[in-house]
Amino acid sequence: MAKLILSMDGLVLKEIPLSKERTTIGRKPHNDIQIDNLAVSGEHAVIVTILADSFLEDLGSTNGTFVNGKTVKKHFLQSNDVIELGKYKLKYISEGLPGAAKAADFEKTMVLRPGAMRKPPEPQPHVASGAAQGHSVSAGIGPAAGAPAAVGSPRTSGDTQIGMAAAPAAAPAAAPAPAPPVRRAMLQLLSGANAGRELELTKPLTTLGKPAVQVAVITRRPQGFFITHVEGANKPIVNGKAIELQAHALNDHDIIELAGVKVEFFFKP
Amino acid sequence: MNLRQALEIASHTDPGMVRSHNEDSVASIAEKGLVVLADGMGGYNAGEVASGMATTVITTELRQLLEDHRPHEVDPQSGRKAAMKMLQEQVAKANTSIYQAAQSQPQYAGMGTTLVVALFYDNKMMVAHIGDSRLYRLRGDAFGQVTKDHSLLQEQIDAGVLTKEQAKYSSNKNLVTRALGIDPAVEAEIHEYDTQPGDIYLLCSDGLSDMVNDEDIGMALQALGANLNLAAQQLVQMANDNGGRDNVSVILIKILREYAAGNGLVSKIFRWFR
Repeated sequence: MAKLILSMDGLVLKEIPLSKERTTIGRKPHNDIQIDNLAVSGEHAVIVTILADSFLEDLGSTNGTFVNGKTVKKHFLQSNDVIELGKYKLKYISEGLPGAAKAADFEKTMVLRPGAMRKPPEPQPHVASGAAQGHSVSAGIGPAAGAPAAVGSPRTSGDTQIGMAAAPAAAPAAAPAPAPPVRRAMLQLLSGANAGRELELTKPLTTLGKPAVQVAVITRRPQGFFITHVEGANKPIVNGKAIELQAHALNDHDIIELAGVKVEFFFKP
Repeated sequence: MNLRQALEIASHTDPGMVRSHNEDSVASIAEKGLVVLADGMGGYNAGEVASGMATTVITTELRQLLEDHRPHEVDPQSGRKAAMKMLQEQVAKANTSIYQAAQSQPQYAGMGTTLVVALFYDNKMMVAHIGDSRLYRLRGDAFGQVTKDHSLLQEQIDAGVLTKEQAKYSSNKNLVTRALGIDPAVEAEIHEYDTQPGDIYLLCSDGLSDMVNDEDIGMALQALGANLNLAAQQLVQMANDNGGRDNVSVILIKILREYAAGNGLVSKIFRWFR
Protein backbone atom coordinates (compact mmCIF):
# COMPACT_ATOMS: atom_id res chain seq x y z
CA MET A 1 0.00 0.00 0.00
CA ALA A 2 1.25 3.47 -0.80
CA LYS A 3 1.73 6.03 1.96
CA LEU A 4 2.38 9.70 2.54
CA ILE A 5 4.94 11.09 4.92
CA LEU A 6 3.92 14.48 6.29
CA SER A 7 6.73 16.75 7.30
CA MET A 8 7.45 20.42 7.99
CA ASP A 9 10.87 22.01 7.91
CA GLY A 10 12.44 18.58 7.54
CA LEU A 11 10.67 17.26 10.65
CA VAL A 12 8.56 14.17 10.08
CA LEU A 13 5.14 14.64 11.65
CA LYS A 14 3.08 11.71 10.53
CA GLU A 15 2.87 8.71 8.23
CA ILE A 16 -0.44 8.28 6.45
CA PRO A 17 -1.32 5.08 4.57
CA LEU A 18 -3.44 5.61 1.45
CA SER A 19 -6.01 3.01 2.39
CA LYS A 20 -9.07 4.75 0.99
CA GLU A 21 -10.16 5.33 -2.55
CA ARG A 22 -10.35 9.08 -1.81
CA THR A 23 -8.05 10.73 0.70
CA THR A 24 -8.84 14.40 1.17
CA ILE A 25 -6.36 17.00 2.31
CA GLY A 26 -7.36 20.39 3.77
CA ARG A 27 -7.54 22.75 6.70
CA LYS A 28 -11.05 21.82 7.83
CA PRO A 29 -11.41 18.98 10.35
CA HIS A 30 -13.48 16.67 8.13
CA ASN A 31 -10.52 16.04 5.85
CA ASP A 32 -8.69 12.72 6.04
CA ILE A 33 -5.46 14.63 6.32
CA GLN A 34 -6.07 17.80 8.24
CA ILE A 35 -3.39 20.46 8.06
CA ASP A 36 -4.32 23.34 10.33
CA ASN A 37 -2.48 26.13 8.61
CA LEU A 38 -3.86 29.26 7.01
CA ALA A 39 -1.90 28.67 3.80
CA VAL A 40 -3.92 25.49 3.28
CA SER A 41 -7.44 25.81 1.88
CA GLY A 42 -10.43 24.28 3.62
CA GLU A 43 -10.67 21.60 0.97
CA HIS A 44 -7.27 21.78 -0.65
CA ALA A 45 -6.64 18.59 -2.59
CA VAL A 46 -7.64 14.96 -2.92
CA ILE A 47 -5.70 11.80 -3.66
CA VAL A 48 -7.64 9.18 -5.59
CA THR A 49 -6.18 5.71 -5.28
CA ILE A 50 -7.08 3.05 -7.82
CA LEU A 51 -5.48 -0.24 -6.83
CA ALA A 52 -1.77 0.52 -6.92
CA ASP A 53 -1.96 3.90 -8.67
CA SER A 54 -2.61 7.21 -6.95
CA PHE A 55 -3.66 10.50 -8.49
CA LEU A 56 -3.42 13.88 -6.84
CA GLU A 57 -5.95 16.54 -7.73
CA ASP A 58 -6.02 20.16 -6.58
CA LEU A 59 -9.54 21.17 -5.51
CA GLY A 60 -9.23 24.79 -6.58
CA SER A 61 -7.13 25.78 -3.57
CA THR A 62 -6.18 29.40 -3.01
CA ASN A 63 -2.44 28.87 -2.82
CA GLY A 64 -2.17 25.88 -5.14
CA THR A 65 -0.70 22.41 -4.85
CA PHE A 66 2.90 21.79 -5.84
CA VAL A 67 4.57 18.52 -6.78
CA ASN A 68 8.36 18.51 -6.93
CA GLY A 69 8.28 22.29 -7.11
CA LYS A 70 5.78 22.56 -9.95
CA THR A 71 2.19 23.64 -9.60
CA VAL A 72 -0.27 20.90 -10.59
CA LYS A 73 -4.01 20.60 -11.15
CA LYS A 74 -3.95 16.87 -11.57
CA HIS A 75 -0.98 14.60 -11.19
CA PHE A 76 -0.25 10.88 -11.50
CA LEU A 77 1.86 10.28 -8.39
CA GLN A 78 5.14 8.43 -8.73
CA SER A 79 7.09 7.09 -5.78
CA ASN A 80 9.16 9.77 -4.01
CA ASP A 81 7.10 12.64 -5.38
CA VAL A 82 6.98 15.52 -2.90
CA ILE A 83 3.66 17.34 -2.57
CA GLU A 84 3.90 20.82 -1.08
CA LEU A 85 1.06 22.70 0.56
CA GLY A 86 2.25 25.90 2.13
CA LYS A 87 5.11 24.99 4.46
CA TYR A 88 4.06 21.36 4.67
CA LYS A 89 5.50 18.57 2.60
CA LEU A 90 3.93 15.22 1.83
CA LYS A 91 6.22 12.62 0.37
CA TYR A 92 4.49 9.90 -1.62
CA ILE A 93 5.97 6.43 -1.24
CA SER A 94 4.60 3.60 -3.33
CA GLU A 95 5.37 0.33 -1.60
CA GLY A 96 4.80 -3.27 -2.33
CA LEU A 97 2.66 -5.30 -0.01
CA PRO A 98 4.53 -7.62 2.30
CA GLY A 99 4.64 -11.19 1.07
CA ALA A 100 7.30 -11.95 -1.48
CA ALA A 101 5.37 -14.92 -2.80
CA LYS A 102 3.04 -12.54 -4.54
CA ALA A 103 5.87 -10.87 -6.36
CA ALA A 104 6.23 -13.68 -8.83
CA ASP A 105 2.66 -13.21 -9.90
CA PHE A 106 2.59 -9.53 -10.49
CA GLU A 107 2.74 -9.67 -14.26
CA LYS A 108 -0.07 -12.16 -14.50
CA THR A 109 -3.14 -11.08 -16.32
CA MET A 110 -6.11 -10.91 -14.00
CA VAL A 111 -9.76 -10.26 -14.49
CA LEU A 112 -11.16 -7.18 -12.90
CA ARG A 113 -14.78 -7.66 -12.09
CA PRO A 114 -17.19 -4.83 -11.52
CA GLY A 115 -17.16 -3.75 -7.91
CA ALA A 116 -13.78 -5.26 -7.18
CA MET A 117 -12.09 -1.90 -7.18
CA ARG A 118 -14.05 -0.51 -4.27
CA LYS A 119 -13.30 -3.36 -1.94
CA PRO A 120 -10.27 -3.11 0.26
CA PRO A 121 -7.45 -5.32 -0.89
CA GLU A 122 -8.24 -8.20 1.41
CA PRO A 123 -8.52 -11.81 0.34
CA GLN A 124 -11.65 -12.24 -1.72
CA PRO A 125 -13.06 -15.42 -3.10
CA HIS A 126 -12.47 -14.38 -6.68
CA VAL A 127 -9.59 -13.63 -8.96
CA ALA A 128 -9.66 -9.89 -8.66
CA SER A 129 -8.25 -9.69 -5.18
CA GLY A 130 -5.14 -11.55 -6.18
CA ALA A 131 -4.74 -8.93 -8.79
CA ALA A 132 -4.96 -6.07 -6.39
CA GLN A 133 -2.38 -7.54 -4.07
CA GLY A 134 -0.10 -9.04 -6.57
CA HIS A 135 0.03 -5.86 -8.51
CA SER A 136 0.86 -3.48 -5.78
CA VAL A 137 4.02 -5.46 -5.21
CA SER A 138 5.26 -4.46 -8.56
CA ALA A 139 5.17 -0.70 -8.68
CA GLY A 140 6.64 -1.63 -12.02
CA ILE A 141 7.87 1.75 -12.95
CA GLY A 142 10.52 1.41 -15.55
CA PRO A 143 13.29 3.83 -16.19
CA ALA A 144 12.38 6.95 -18.05
CA ALA A 145 11.35 5.96 -21.51
CA GLY A 146 12.19 7.78 -24.64
CA ALA A 147 9.55 10.06 -26.00
CA PRO A 148 7.32 8.44 -28.56
CA ALA A 149 8.87 8.90 -31.91
CA ALA A 150 7.02 9.44 -35.10
CA VAL A 151 7.30 6.34 -37.21
CA GLY A 152 7.60 6.77 -40.90
CA SER A 153 10.62 7.99 -42.72
CA PRO A 154 10.62 8.04 -46.47
CA ARG A 155 11.99 4.84 -47.84
CA THR A 156 13.75 5.11 -51.12
CA SER A 157 14.01 1.72 -52.66
CA GLY A 158 16.44 0.49 -55.20
CA ASP A 159 19.73 1.88 -54.11
CA THR A 160 21.75 0.27 -51.39
CA GLN A 161 20.70 1.72 -48.10
CA ILE A 162 21.60 1.52 -44.51
CA GLY A 163 19.05 1.90 -41.80
CA MET A 164 15.78 1.86 -43.66
CA ALA A 165 13.79 1.14 -40.56
CA ALA A 166 12.15 4.28 -39.31
CA ALA A 167 11.94 5.80 -35.84
CA PRO A 168 14.83 6.57 -33.60
CA ALA A 169 15.50 4.03 -30.92
CA ALA A 170 13.45 4.65 -27.84
CA ALA A 171 14.15 2.89 -24.60
CA PRO A 172 11.60 0.14 -24.07
CA ALA A 173 8.99 1.58 -21.81
CA ALA A 174 8.28 -1.48 -19.80
CA ALA A 175 11.83 -2.59 -19.16
CA PRO A 176 12.06 -3.44 -15.49
CA ALA A 177 15.77 -2.86 -15.25
CA PRO A 178 17.88 -1.33 -17.95
CA ALA A 179 19.77 -3.98 -19.84
CA PRO A 180 23.49 -3.98 -19.22
CA PRO A 181 24.91 -1.32 -21.48
CA VAL A 182 25.93 -2.64 -24.85
CA ARG A 183 29.05 -1.13 -26.31
CA ARG A 184 28.33 1.39 -29.01
CA ALA A 185 29.03 0.12 -32.45
CA MET A 186 29.46 1.63 -35.91
CA LEU A 187 29.34 0.58 -39.52
CA GLN A 188 31.57 2.07 -42.15
CA LEU A 189 30.99 1.63 -45.86
CA LEU A 190 34.15 0.42 -47.52
CA SER A 191 32.98 0.36 -51.13
CA GLY A 192 30.34 1.86 -53.39
CA ALA A 193 29.42 5.47 -54.03
CA ASN A 194 29.21 6.34 -50.34
CA ALA A 195 32.49 4.70 -49.34
CA GLY A 196 33.81 6.13 -46.11
CA ARG A 197 30.42 6.98 -44.70
CA GLU A 198 29.81 5.90 -41.12
CA LEU A 199 26.67 5.00 -39.29
CA GLU A 200 26.19 4.36 -35.61
CA LEU A 201 24.02 1.36 -34.78
CA THR A 202 21.70 3.06 -32.32
CA LYS A 203 18.50 1.25 -33.17
CA PRO A 204 17.43 -2.19 -31.99
CA LEU A 205 17.30 -3.17 -35.65
CA THR A 206 19.20 -1.88 -38.64
CA THR A 207 18.55 -3.32 -42.06
CA LEU A 208 21.18 -3.46 -44.78
CA GLY A 209 20.91 -4.24 -48.48
CA LYS A 210 18.47 -3.89 -51.30
CA PRO A 211 14.84 -4.89 -50.78
CA ALA A 212 13.84 -7.91 -52.88
CA VAL A 213 17.50 -8.57 -53.77
CA GLN A 214 19.36 -9.15 -50.55
CA VAL A 215 18.56 -7.87 -47.11
CA ALA A 216 20.19 -8.56 -43.76
CA VAL A 217 19.46 -7.09 -40.37
CA ILE A 218 21.78 -6.17 -37.53
CA THR A 219 20.10 -6.49 -34.15
CA ARG A 220 21.36 -4.79 -31.03
CA ARG A 221 20.82 -7.06 -28.05
CA PRO A 222 22.01 -7.08 -24.45
CA GLN A 223 24.53 -9.74 -25.46
CA GLY A 224 25.94 -7.67 -28.33
CA PHE A 225 25.31 -7.20 -32.03
CA PHE A 226 24.11 -9.92 -34.37
CA ILE A 227 23.61 -10.10 -38.11
CA THR A 228 20.80 -12.23 -39.57
CA HIS A 229 19.83 -13.03 -43.14
CA VAL A 230 16.35 -11.68 -44.02
CA GLU A 231 15.75 -12.22 -47.73
CA GLY A 232 17.47 -12.95 -51.02
CA ALA A 233 19.16 -16.00 -52.50
CA ASN A 234 22.56 -15.15 -51.06
CA LYS A 235 23.44 -14.91 -47.42
CA PRO A 236 25.61 -12.09 -46.18
CA ILE A 237 29.34 -12.82 -46.07
CA VAL A 238 31.21 -12.07 -42.86
CA ASN A 239 35.01 -12.13 -43.09
CA GLY A 240 34.86 -14.01 -46.36
CA LYS A 241 32.43 -16.69 -45.20
CA ALA A 242 28.67 -16.82 -45.79
CA ILE A 243 26.75 -16.89 -42.51
CA GLU A 244 24.31 -19.63 -41.55
CA LEU A 245 20.56 -19.11 -41.24
CA GLN A 246 20.69 -18.24 -37.58
CA ALA A 247 21.91 -14.98 -36.10
CA HIS A 248 25.66 -14.47 -36.33
CA ALA A 249 27.45 -12.57 -33.55
CA LEU A 250 29.52 -9.67 -34.82
CA ASN A 251 33.02 -8.98 -33.55
CA ASP A 252 35.11 -5.86 -33.70
CA HIS A 253 36.37 -5.13 -37.24
CA ASP A 254 34.30 -7.81 -38.94
CA ILE A 255 33.91 -7.17 -42.67
CA ILE A 256 30.37 -7.71 -43.98
CA GLU A 257 29.63 -8.12 -47.68
CA LEU A 258 26.14 -8.05 -49.08
CA ALA A 259 24.37 -6.82 -52.19
CA GLY A 260 27.78 -5.99 -53.65
CA VAL A 261 28.79 -3.62 -50.87
CA LYS A 262 31.46 -4.04 -48.24
CA VAL A 263 30.90 -2.70 -44.74
CA GLU A 264 33.10 -2.80 -41.68
CA PHE A 265 31.61 -3.33 -38.24
CA PHE A 266 33.52 -1.93 -35.28
CA PHE A 267 32.96 -0.93 -31.70
CA LYS A 268 33.26 2.71 -30.85
CA PRO A 269 36.44 3.35 -28.96
CA MET B 1 -11.84 -21.09 -51.22
CA ASN B 2 -8.30 -21.88 -50.22
CA LEU B 3 -6.50 -18.85 -48.82
CA ARG B 4 -3.09 -20.50 -48.57
CA GLN B 5 -1.95 -18.65 -51.70
CA ALA B 6 -3.17 -15.27 -50.48
CA LEU B 7 -1.95 -15.28 -46.89
CA GLU B 8 1.41 -15.99 -45.37
CA ILE B 9 1.20 -16.88 -41.70
CA ALA B 10 3.96 -17.24 -39.11
CA SER B 11 3.64 -17.68 -35.38
CA HIS B 12 5.87 -18.03 -32.38
CA THR B 13 5.16 -18.54 -28.70
CA ASP B 14 7.57 -18.58 -25.79
CA PRO B 15 7.26 -18.84 -22.00
CA GLY B 16 9.45 -15.74 -21.59
CA MET B 17 12.36 -15.34 -19.19
CA VAL B 18 10.51 -15.58 -15.87
CA ARG B 19 7.62 -18.01 -16.16
CA SER B 20 8.16 -21.72 -16.05
CA HIS B 21 5.22 -22.55 -18.26
CA ASN B 22 3.39 -21.03 -21.14
CA GLU B 23 -0.24 -20.07 -20.59
CA ASP B 24 -0.57 -18.59 -24.06
CA SER B 25 -2.01 -20.58 -26.92
CA VAL B 26 -1.88 -19.91 -30.65
CA ALA B 27 -3.52 -21.69 -33.58
CA SER B 28 -4.05 -21.04 -37.25
CA ILE B 29 -5.63 -22.65 -40.32
CA ALA B 30 -3.96 -21.09 -43.32
CA GLU B 31 -6.32 -22.42 -45.99
CA LYS B 32 -9.36 -21.13 -44.11
CA GLY B 33 -7.77 -17.79 -43.28
CA LEU B 34 -8.22 -18.24 -39.53
CA VAL B 35 -5.84 -17.24 -36.74
CA VAL B 36 -6.51 -17.47 -33.00
CA LEU B 37 -4.45 -16.30 -30.02
CA ALA B 38 -5.37 -16.65 -26.34
CA ASP B 39 -3.60 -15.66 -23.13
CA GLY B 40 -4.84 -17.77 -20.24
CA MET B 41 -5.03 -16.88 -16.58
CA GLY B 42 -5.72 -18.79 -13.41
CA GLY B 43 -3.76 -20.77 -10.88
CA TYR B 44 -1.59 -23.85 -11.38
CA ASN B 45 -2.04 -25.01 -14.95
CA ALA B 46 -5.57 -23.68 -15.33
CA GLY B 47 -4.46 -20.74 -17.46
CA GLU B 48 -3.09 -22.93 -20.19
CA VAL B 49 -6.14 -25.16 -19.98
CA ALA B 50 -8.39 -22.15 -20.58
CA SER B 51 -6.35 -20.72 -23.45
CA GLY B 52 -5.94 -24.17 -24.98
CA MET B 53 -9.68 -24.79 -24.83
CA ALA B 54 -10.38 -21.43 -26.43
CA THR B 55 -8.10 -22.00 -29.42
CA THR B 56 -9.15 -25.62 -29.86
CA VAL B 57 -12.88 -25.00 -29.70
CA ILE B 58 -12.72 -22.06 -32.07
CA THR B 59 -10.44 -23.66 -34.67
CA THR B 60 -12.23 -27.02 -34.77
CA GLU B 61 -15.71 -25.54 -34.86
CA LEU B 62 -14.86 -22.90 -37.43
CA ARG B 63 -13.01 -25.39 -39.62
CA GLN B 64 -16.24 -27.39 -39.81
CA LEU B 65 -18.46 -24.36 -40.36
CA LEU B 66 -16.26 -22.93 -43.09
CA GLU B 67 -16.63 -26.15 -45.08
CA ASP B 68 -20.32 -25.43 -45.64
CA HIS B 69 -20.71 -21.71 -45.05
CA ARG B 70 -19.29 -18.72 -46.84
CA PRO B 71 -18.20 -16.06 -44.39
CA HIS B 72 -18.85 -13.10 -46.73
CA GLU B 73 -22.51 -13.92 -47.28
CA VAL B 74 -25.07 -11.79 -45.54
CA ASP B 75 -27.58 -13.56 -43.39
CA PRO B 76 -31.02 -12.42 -44.62
CA GLN B 77 -32.57 -12.58 -41.15
CA SER B 78 -30.06 -10.57 -39.16
CA GLY B 79 -28.60 -8.58 -42.05
CA ARG B 80 -25.14 -9.37 -40.78
CA LYS B 81 -22.27 -11.22 -42.39
CA ALA B 82 -22.04 -14.92 -41.76
CA ALA B 83 -18.50 -14.38 -40.48
CA MET B 84 -19.77 -12.23 -37.64
CA LYS B 85 -22.41 -14.76 -36.68
CA MET B 86 -19.88 -17.60 -36.78
CA LEU B 87 -17.41 -15.76 -34.58
CA GLN B 88 -20.09 -14.69 -32.13
CA GLU B 89 -21.43 -18.22 -31.79
CA GLN B 90 -18.07 -19.92 -31.52
CA VAL B 91 -16.74 -17.43 -29.00
CA ALA B 92 -19.90 -18.06 -26.96
CA LYS B 93 -19.35 -21.80 -27.27
CA ALA B 94 -15.74 -21.51 -26.11
CA ASN B 95 -16.88 -19.34 -23.22
CA THR B 96 -19.43 -21.92 -22.13
CA SER B 97 -16.90 -24.77 -22.34
CA ILE B 98 -14.34 -22.96 -20.23
CA TYR B 99 -16.92 -21.67 -17.77
CA GLN B 100 -18.41 -25.12 -17.25
CA ALA B 101 -15.01 -26.73 -16.81
CA ALA B 102 -14.13 -24.05 -14.27
CA GLN B 103 -17.39 -24.64 -12.40
CA SER B 104 -17.19 -28.42 -12.35
CA GLN B 105 -13.48 -28.94 -11.62
CA PRO B 106 -12.17 -27.32 -8.47
CA GLN B 107 -8.62 -27.11 -9.80
CA TYR B 108 -9.86 -25.00 -12.71
CA ALA B 109 -11.95 -22.60 -10.63
CA GLY B 110 -11.59 -19.02 -11.74
CA MET B 111 -9.67 -19.78 -14.91
CA GLY B 112 -10.20 -17.62 -17.95
CA THR B 113 -8.47 -16.34 -21.03
CA THR B 114 -8.17 -13.36 -23.31
CA LEU B 115 -8.81 -13.94 -26.97
CA VAL B 116 -8.13 -12.39 -30.33
CA VAL B 117 -9.38 -14.07 -33.51
CA ALA B 118 -9.10 -12.91 -37.11
CA LEU B 119 -10.95 -14.52 -39.99
CA PHE B 120 -9.90 -13.51 -43.49
CA TYR B 121 -12.29 -13.69 -46.47
CA ASP B 122 -13.19 -11.65 -49.54
CA ASN B 123 -10.40 -9.03 -49.11
CA LYS B 124 -11.63 -8.41 -45.59
CA MET B 125 -11.06 -9.64 -42.10
CA MET B 126 -13.42 -10.01 -39.19
CA VAL B 127 -11.70 -9.49 -35.86
CA ALA B 128 -13.14 -10.60 -32.53
CA HIS B 129 -11.38 -9.87 -29.28
CA ILE B 130 -11.85 -10.06 -25.53
CA GLY B 131 -9.36 -8.68 -23.02
CA ASP B 132 -5.92 -7.27 -23.66
CA SER B 133 -4.55 -9.44 -26.44
CA ARG B 134 -4.16 -7.23 -29.47
CA LEU B 135 -4.22 -6.98 -33.21
CA TYR B 136 -1.94 -4.48 -34.93
CA ARG B 137 -1.66 -3.53 -38.58
CA LEU B 138 1.30 -2.42 -40.65
CA ARG B 139 0.19 -0.80 -43.91
CA GLY B 140 2.97 0.96 -45.79
CA ASP B 141 4.78 3.00 -43.18
CA ALA B 142 1.79 3.24 -40.86
CA PHE B 143 1.82 0.91 -37.88
CA GLY B 144 -0.95 0.99 -35.33
CA GLN B 145 -3.15 -0.90 -32.94
CA VAL B 146 -6.47 -2.03 -34.38
CA THR B 147 -8.16 -3.55 -31.34
CA LYS B 148 -8.81 -1.63 -28.17
CA ASP B 149 -8.04 -3.46 -24.93
CA HIS B 150 -10.75 -4.36 -22.49
CA SER B 151 -8.62 -3.34 -19.54
CA LEU B 152 -8.67 -1.00 -16.58
CA LEU B 153 -5.82 0.95 -18.12
CA GLN B 154 -7.68 1.50 -21.38
CA GLU B 155 -10.76 2.61 -19.45
CA GLN B 156 -8.63 5.07 -17.53
CA ILE B 157 -7.18 6.39 -20.78
CA ASP B 158 -10.67 6.73 -22.25
CA ALA B 159 -11.92 8.51 -19.15
CA GLY B 160 -9.02 10.95 -19.35
CA VAL B 161 -7.55 9.86 -16.02
CA LEU B 162 -4.31 8.86 -17.67
CA THR B 163 -2.62 9.79 -20.91
CA LYS B 164 -1.18 7.05 -23.10
CA GLU B 165 2.28 8.19 -22.06
CA GLN B 166 1.43 7.99 -18.35
CA ALA B 167 -0.16 4.60 -18.82
CA LYS B 168 3.28 3.13 -19.45
CA TYR B 169 4.15 3.79 -15.81
CA SER B 170 0.91 2.56 -14.31
CA SER B 171 1.11 -0.25 -11.79
CA ASN B 172 -2.31 -1.44 -12.81
CA LYS B 173 -1.29 -3.29 -15.94
CA ASN B 174 -2.76 -6.65 -16.80
CA LEU B 175 -6.15 -6.02 -15.29
CA VAL B 176 -8.64 -7.02 -17.92
CA THR B 177 -12.28 -6.04 -17.65
CA ARG B 178 -13.51 -8.77 -19.96
CA ALA B 179 -12.37 -12.36 -20.29
CA LEU B 180 -13.50 -15.65 -21.75
CA GLY B 181 -14.74 -18.29 -19.31
CA ILE B 182 -15.18 -16.13 -16.22
CA ASP B 183 -18.90 -15.48 -16.50
CA PRO B 184 -21.76 -17.55 -18.00
CA ALA B 185 -21.89 -15.19 -20.99
CA VAL B 186 -19.46 -12.77 -22.56
CA GLU B 187 -19.66 -10.44 -25.49
CA ALA B 188 -16.75 -10.34 -27.89
CA GLU B 189 -16.02 -7.08 -29.63
CA ILE B 190 -16.28 -7.83 -33.36
CA HIS B 191 -15.41 -5.54 -36.25
CA GLU B 192 -14.77 -5.97 -39.96
CA TYR B 193 -11.83 -4.35 -41.75
CA ASP B 194 -10.70 -4.13 -45.37
CA THR B 195 -7.34 -5.66 -46.12
CA GLN B 196 -4.83 -4.72 -48.82
CA PRO B 197 -2.06 -6.72 -50.42
CA GLY B 198 1.16 -5.91 -48.57
CA ASP B 199 -0.55 -5.44 -45.20
CA ILE B 200 1.01 -7.23 -42.26
CA TYR B 201 -1.19 -8.07 -39.28
CA LEU B 202 0.15 -8.91 -35.87
CA LEU B 203 -1.79 -10.71 -33.15
CA CYS B 204 0.00 -10.70 -29.82
CA SER B 205 -0.40 -11.33 -26.11
CA ASP B 206 0.42 -8.61 -23.59
CA GLY B 207 3.79 -10.29 -23.06
CA LEU B 208 4.86 -8.51 -26.23
CA SER B 209 2.97 -5.23 -25.98
CA ASP B 210 3.97 -4.67 -22.32
CA MET B 211 7.65 -5.36 -22.93
CA VAL B 212 8.26 -3.75 -26.31
CA ASN B 213 6.90 -0.37 -27.27
CA ASP B 214 4.79 0.07 -30.38
CA GLU B 215 7.47 1.99 -32.28
CA ASP B 216 9.95 -0.85 -31.92
CA ILE B 217 7.36 -3.47 -32.88
CA GLY B 218 6.49 -1.46 -35.99
CA MET B 219 10.15 -1.02 -36.82
CA ALA B 220 10.80 -4.75 -36.56
CA LEU B 221 7.86 -5.51 -38.86
CA GLN B 222 8.98 -2.95 -41.41
CA ALA B 223 12.54 -4.19 -41.38
CA LEU B 224 11.77 -7.90 -41.39
CA GLY B 225 8.43 -8.04 -43.21
CA ALA B 226 10.12 -9.89 -46.05
CA ASN B 227 10.83 -12.80 -43.73
CA LEU B 228 7.79 -13.41 -41.58
CA ASN B 229 9.23 -16.28 -39.55
CA LEU B 230 12.27 -14.24 -38.66
CA ALA B 231 10.06 -11.28 -37.77
CA ALA B 232 8.00 -13.44 -35.38
CA GLN B 233 11.14 -14.73 -33.70
CA GLN B 234 12.63 -11.27 -33.53
CA LEU B 235 9.55 -9.88 -31.76
CA VAL B 236 9.68 -12.62 -29.13
CA GLN B 237 13.42 -12.07 -28.73
CA MET B 238 12.89 -8.33 -28.23
CA ALA B 239 10.35 -9.01 -25.48
CA ASN B 240 12.76 -11.43 -23.81
CA ASP B 241 15.73 -9.07 -24.15
CA ASN B 242 13.64 -6.44 -22.35
CA GLY B 243 13.02 -8.78 -19.44
CA GLY B 244 10.44 -11.24 -20.80
CA ARG B 245 8.35 -11.07 -17.66
CA ASP B 246 5.33 -12.75 -19.23
CA ASN B 247 4.63 -15.39 -21.85
CA VAL B 248 5.09 -13.94 -25.31
CA SER B 249 3.07 -14.99 -28.33
CA VAL B 250 2.79 -13.55 -31.80
CA ILE B 251 1.00 -14.48 -35.00
CA LEU B 252 1.89 -12.60 -38.17
CA ILE B 253 -0.23 -12.57 -41.31
CA LYS B 254 0.94 -11.01 -44.53
CA ILE B 255 -1.54 -10.36 -47.33
CA LEU B 256 0.23 -11.61 -50.45
CA ARG B 257 -2.50 -10.90 -52.99
CA GLU B 258 -6.19 -10.11 -53.40
CA TYR B 259 -8.58 -12.84 -52.36
CA ALA B 260 -12.03 -11.66 -53.41
CA ALA B 261 -14.72 -14.26 -52.92
CA GLY B 262 -16.36 -15.51 -56.11
CA ASN B 263 -19.51 -13.49 -56.50
CA GLY B 264 -22.45 -13.16 -58.85
CA LEU B 265 -23.79 -15.54 -61.42
CA VAL B 266 -20.83 -17.84 -61.88
CA SER B 267 -20.57 -18.71 -58.23
CA LYS B 268 -24.33 -19.02 -57.91
CA ILE B 269 -24.42 -21.56 -60.71
CA PHE B 270 -21.41 -23.26 -59.23
CA ARG B 271 -23.14 -23.56 -55.90
CA TRP B 272 -26.31 -24.79 -57.56
CA PHE B 273 -24.37 -27.70 -58.96
CA ARG B 274 -22.65 -28.52 -55.71
